[in-house]
Parts: sequence; structure tokens; C-alpha cells
Amino acid sequence: MTTANPILRQRRREPLTDASLLTLIAMGIFIAMYASAVIFMGGAFQKVQQFLDLFNENAALIIISCALTLVMIGGGINISVGGIIGLTCMACAKFLEYSAPENSALAVILTVALALGVGLAFGLLEGFMVSYLEIQPFIVTLAGMFLARGLTTILSVNPVKVTHEGFQVLVKTKLQIPWLGYVAKNGNLIPAKLEIGAIVAVTVVAAVWLMLRYTKLGRGVYALGGNRQSALMLGVNVKSVCFRSYVISCLLAGLAGLTFLMHKPAANASIAMRSEMDAIAASIIGGTLLTGGVGNVFGTLFGVMILAAIQKIIGLSPLNESWWQDMASGAMLGIFILLQSVILKWRAKGGKDTGAKAATQSR
Amino acid sequence: MQNDVVLTMRGISKQFPGTKALDHVDFTLRRGEIHALMGENGAGKSTLIKVLTGVYEKDGGSIHIEGIEGEAAIHSPQDAQNAGISTVYQEITLCPNLTVAENMFIGRTDGAIVHWKDYEKKATAILENLGIPARARQELSSCSLAVQQMVAIGRAVDMNCKVLILDEPTSSLDEKEVAMLFKLMRELRSRGVGIIFVTHFLEQVYEVSDRITVLRNGELVGEFEVSELPQLELVARMMGKSLDDLSELEKIDKHVPTDTETVYEASGLSSVARKPFDFQIRRGEINGFTGLLGSGRSESVRAIFGADSVTGGRVRIKGKEVRITNPHEAMKNGVGYLPEDRKRDGIIADLSVRDNIILALQVMKGYFKPMKKSEMEKFADEYIRELNIKTASQNTPVGSLSGGNQQKVILARWLLTHPDYLILDEPTRGIDVGTKLEIQRLMLKLAEENMSVTFISSEIEEMLRTCFRLIVMRDGNTVGELTGDQLTQSQVMETIAGGEAQHG
Repeated sequence: MTTANPILRQRRREPLTDASLLTLIAMGIFIAMYASAVIFMGGAFQKVQQFLDLFNENAALIIISCALTLVMIGGGINISVGGIIGLTCMACAKFLEYSAPENSALAVILTVALALGVGLAFGLLEGFMVSYLEIQPFIVTLAGMFLARGLTTILSVNPVKVTHEGFQVLVKTKLQIPWLGYVAKNGNLIPAKLEIGAIVAVTVVAAVWLMLRYTKLGRGVYALGGNRQSALMLGVNVKSVCFRSYVISCLLAGLAGLTFLMHKPAANASIAMRSEMDAIAASIIGGTLLTGGVGNVFGTLFGVMILAAIQKIIGLSPLNESWWQDMASGAMLGIFILLQSVILKWRAKGGKDTGAKAATQSR
Repeated sequence: MQNDVVLTMRGISKQFPGTKALDHVDFTLRRGEIHALMGENGAGKSTLIKVLTGVYEKDGGSIHIEGIEGEAAIHSPQDAQNAGISTVYQEITLCPNLTVAENMFIGRTDGAIVHWKDYEKKATAILENLGIPARARQELSSCSLAVQQMVAIGRAVDMNCKVLILDEPTSSLDEKEVAMLFKLMRELRSRGVGIIFVTHFLEQVYEVSDRITVLRNGELVGEFEVSELPQLELVARMMGKSLDDLSELEKIDKHVPTDTETVYEASGLSSVARKPFDFQIRRGEINGFTGLLGSGRSESVRAIFGADSVTGGRVRIKGKEVRITNPHEAMKNGVGYLPEDRKRDGIIADLSVRDNIILALQVMKGYFKPMKKSEMEKFADEYIRELNIKTASQNTPVGSLSGGNQQKVILARWLLTHPDYLILDEPTRGIDVGTKLEIQRLMLKLAEENMSVTFISSEIEEMLRTCFRLIVMRDGNTVGELTGDQLTQSQVMETIAGGEAQHG
């Protein structure tokens, strides 16, 4: 039996997996949507700045969406990320309020440490409860969300503005890209600007992508979401992988809180309310399956872009009311899920019937 | 210890609450042999495998593995793997969303970084070497079940296993896939791997195995060379009867109806769990499905009742064509079914005896036509008396009754709907002898009252005593039908062992 099967020798392209197909769909939809906005609405959409603002304004959402994608691939969920953003913002704002303005560099470093520390603390706690005590992740992170919101209110009921000079430097520092700018009416060149938060967000996307694809932990997360029992039998340290995925997701939420504060240097008790739901929606639109095992942070990035573009388009249209935005986002999510299931069913029928066969036989 | 022995298990015992799963079982595996482990469900095959793979801790006995000094300490699946024991389970324990290559290597690599190129190169080598028709970069879910199984075997072999356990590997494969798997098994045998092959397919055992170990009720029946153990004798050993023993049992005088109308008739009926089959039953007849456990007896009656989703076939009830695709339709057409697993499918433990008895009738009437309480009490009283159900009152929760009385409550439930045709799947399992006889007598009485009954029991004597006609099954196919003088134990066993498969 050493004669090799000639078919195996051929180096042919593997057929598209369901996961990459879903990502491609998300990308396609975003491009179509944005292109039609440029064509039909023109105006602001023709400026590159408008596109970069999608990143500037949604840096925190991009980061927590990556966090959500990570835990959702592992078959879990984390709805405490919005709460952690709120708590991080408030804690950092309060800290900066009391720190002396002259020692600014140290204060900023401590602020970053505080933001990550808040995320880490939640991550350790929730990760331990989900993976080692085996409590439902939905319940654990729901409790985490309430805890974080409660702590935020304890810190301050009133809005807190950040005026600390050192931090203001972070807020105001922007990457200027002159060749993407435009010439204003008075003849001055206004360069396109990218905020630090946006750069952080893009870096996070790349880092999480690399982590998921090229590290043992990342592949463990996929195995965990694909089939927990199998992953265990294959020798994956299921509990540790699960634990670490929650720690990373909460840590990212802390980071997202920091970028949130950098974009808008003020905190209040209801900051980033409901953003965990946006993050879940973005992950799903980007092709992450709620059942786990399938997902991709690039898809998630496009998921965020789609939601953000909807917001922008409606904001610049005559329908500028918040309920229109909600309804459009909701409709988008519904259509996307429908599309996903139709396409996956259709593909499953076309020869790939092994999954269905396995399902009936594992009865 | 002989030189070519790779695994010796001596005096293995394992106790579960209430049952002795393994009682001083010995097992020996030699290098380069395929060793079949046989026995009915519950004989202890799985328990033995799980002890060997570290899923269960053994209570007694010793395990020796070639190359390991002294007793092998196996306390976890990881220990077993380190000792060179690999298992491929019936349900494929791989991750469908990962690639073939990844499934082969995940969980056993060093370092935090995944080297895809290495994975794929090594995996391709294994796949080519063993002739597994899969590509390394392919997503596992796009492979057929057989190939997935072979990938699992490939992973096991690459881990330098000395002992490869295949637990029911063929149960979800078609014939071509089975042939592929057997080719791979023979290839591995020639390389000196000892293979333990657990299956309930008799033909497959004779096709690939060198040796057979038979278990029954947690005890070792014996180890045999395949050539020295004819199929018939294997069946006898699995069922715990010696061939000479098979004396005729006294028979109750049965009035066999031949001229009554056919109550239920199915042609080509099939469900997700049962291949197409033909079946009919006359008014006042008792017939039964027999065969080894797992041969498809229950699946047949579940298809008749619509308990598994029906995939094809035509059904006529009293000559009229009907559609039965779910239990409710079956009930409306006068078919009742007493399920095999009364804990799961039958009783509702927290409801009272009365509510459990009324249940099926209420479902048939529809939920919007509630019965009067007095009516319910009357029915409940009547059947508690008639079936001699031992309960404190009709308000007692069924869960607190003994197994036999629970069974009678379910029986009462179905009798109350006055079905024309009643299916009893293992109604006598786990209940005392007295109640067993009562239920058997009741069946004969019901038949006399013109009810048709299909009866399934693991105790063949019981079926021979009550059934007029026996449909014999093996490996999911009907292999024979016995009536009249053919209703003897030896005839049944011969049919199980040797009968030609017939579709119908």
C-alpha cells in the first residue's frame, strides 16, 4: 500500500471552507454598501477621512468584537465587555482627576496599567468560574456585567471629564496622512487623520488573527469550539485554553476602555452601554458561529465596519433618527443570519452531506 | 509471558453501584493480530475497553504491557496513550472544523507556535503511507465518516501505538467504507500492531479477525481461534447457552389465528434508524422481533409507531392506507407502544399514577377536551384493580413505585386507549418473575380478546412461550421468520447465526 494515490500528489487548492466563505460575504457586503454610499450619497463619503473615521470612532467596538469572536469561536460568550469598558473609562478618568498634572508621563503609564489591570481582574475571575467551576459563561459574564456597571456608578454618579494634560496628549496625537487628505475651500490641505485608538484597534485585529491561526492556544480555541469532548480526547488542555481565552477577552475589553477614553475623554455611568450586543452582532455578521468552532477576526472587523457604515449612512440621510439606525442594524443582522444559513444549507446539500449523516447517526 | 504478547489483562473486575460490570476477566492480545471482543450489549465489552484506556479505574486485577516493567499504571486516557494504547471510538472524537493535518497533530506538539508546513508534510506522509484517501489541508468535515475514522487511526498509529482499540468502528459505515477500513486494519496488522476490534457485526468478525474473546454478563466466556469457533457456536456462547442444552420448553397452548383480518401491514417501511422492511400482523396475533441486542428490533417497532422519523414505505391499517409519521398519528390509528426505556420514554415520574394512566387517552382526545375528574378516577381505579398495580393510592407519584408496577402503569395507559395493535418493547426487563408471568398472561388474554400484540424481549424463552410468529433480525436486517414448529431456541439461534439477509 506504499504506492501513493496520484490524487494526493497533486497540489490543488482546497475548496473554500464555510468559514472563509462567510468572511468573504461580509467583506463583499461592506464594499457594496460603502461603494453605493460613495456613489449615491457622495459628499462626505467621497473623503477618505470619512472612511478612516469608521476606525477612529469605533476603535473600542473593533477591539471588543475581536474579544467576542475569540470566546465565541471557543463556544462561549462574554457579555461583560461593555461593562468593563465603562468601568475602565470611569476608573481611569477618576484616577487622572486626582493625579498631579506635572508628573504626566508616569500618570499616563499608570492609567494604561489601570485599564489593563481592570480587564485582567475580570478576566481571571470570569475565566476561573467558566472554565474551572464550569458555570455557564452567559451567567458568569452577565454577573460580571452587573458588577462592572455597579462599580462604575459607585466611582461616580456624575460625568467625569478628563482634563489631565498628559492624557490629553494621547487624545490629540493623530497620525497625519497628507496624501489621503483633501484641499479645503480656502486652499489649505487638510490631511487625513488616524487616531492612536484606531491604530491600536487594527493592531489588535492583526494580533488576534495571528494568535488564532499560529499559536497552540489559538488552535486550541478552535478545537474547543469544534467539539469540546474531542478536543479533550485529542490532548488539548481544554480548561486552560478556555480560561486563557476569557482572560484575553477581558484584557482586550480593558484596552478597549482605554481607547474609548482616548477618543472621547469623558466618562459617565452609562458609557458603552449595549456595546457588547453590537460586538456580538459584528462577530456574527463577520461569520462567527454562535455554536463555536467557526470564525475569523477579519470577518469581525468587516462586521463592525458594516454596522458603523449603516450608522453613518443613516446619520447623513433624511432618516436621521436613532430608531432607524437600530432597525437597519437589526434588519442587517437578520438578513445576514438568513443568508448564512441558506448558503450553508445549500452547500451541505451539494455533496457535503457527511455532516448531516453524522448527525442522524449519532442519535 | 510469551514473546509476542503485547497486552495481558488478568482478573479484571469492575463494580458499579448495583451491578458487577466485570468479574475477573482475562484478556490477552498478541503482536500483529486482530482480536475481536464480542458480547451482547451489557456484556462488559465497553467497560473492559474503558478500564484499559483509563476512563474507568479497575477495582481488581492487573494489566501488563510489553516494554513496561511490572504492572502498568493506567489512571487516565493520557496514561493509556503514553503506554502505547490508542483508541478510536465509535463516535469520531476529532474536531470537524479543523483540517485533517491538524486533527492528527493537535494536542501532542511542543511549543506555543503552530508550524503548519511541518504538520502538513508529516500528515501527507502518513496519509500516503497508509493509503488514506484524504488531503492534509482538507477540512475534516468535508471527509466521509470512514475517512474521518481512518484519520483518527492515522493519528493513533503515528503515536507509535502497540495496541489499537477500534470500538464499533463500522457501525456507521457503508459496505465500501467498511472494506476500506478493513484494508487499513490488515495493513496495520502486518506492521505488528495489535488491534482490539469491538463490534456486534458477526460477519465482519469472521472477515478480519484472528481470534475472538467472548464476554457475557461481565464474565469471560472464553478465548477462541476464529477457525475453531463456528458462527452458530459464537452466538450460543454470547447468549450463554450451550448447544446441547437447548431442550424444548413446555408451551402454552396457543390459539393461532390464521383467518382473521390483517390489522397492520407495512411494506418497505423505513426510518432513519431502520432499513426498509415488510411486516404485517393479524387480529389476535402475538408476534415478536428477535435477534441479539442491537440488531434492530426496537428500531423496527419504533418505525412502526413513528417514534423515529419515518423515511419511506407504505402502511395499511385494516386494509386502508394511512400515513404514520409520528406517535400521535399512530395512536389515532389504534397503535400503542410501550417503549423499551421506561425511565426515558415512558413514565413521568413526578405525576401521579392516575395522571400517568390517563395521559395517552387525554392526548388522543386533544388537550382542549378535558376529562372529568370522576371519569379519570373511575378509569384509574379500574386498571389499578385489573392489572393488580400495587400502589398506595392513585395520587401516589409513579416514581415511587417498583419497576414492575411502573411497567403496569404504562401498560394501563395504553390499554385505556383500547388500541387494536399494541407494541410492547422489553416490557419484562428488570422486573420480578411473578410480574413477568402476569404480563405474559395478560398478553395472551389480550390476544384472545382480539388485540394484536408485538412483543420484544431479550429472554428468548419468554418470546417462544407467547409469540405465534417470530421475526429474526441480525445487523439491522430481517434474516428469517419462524412459525409453528420452528419456534425453538436452536432454530432461532441458527437463524441468527446463519440466515441469509433478506430485505423484507
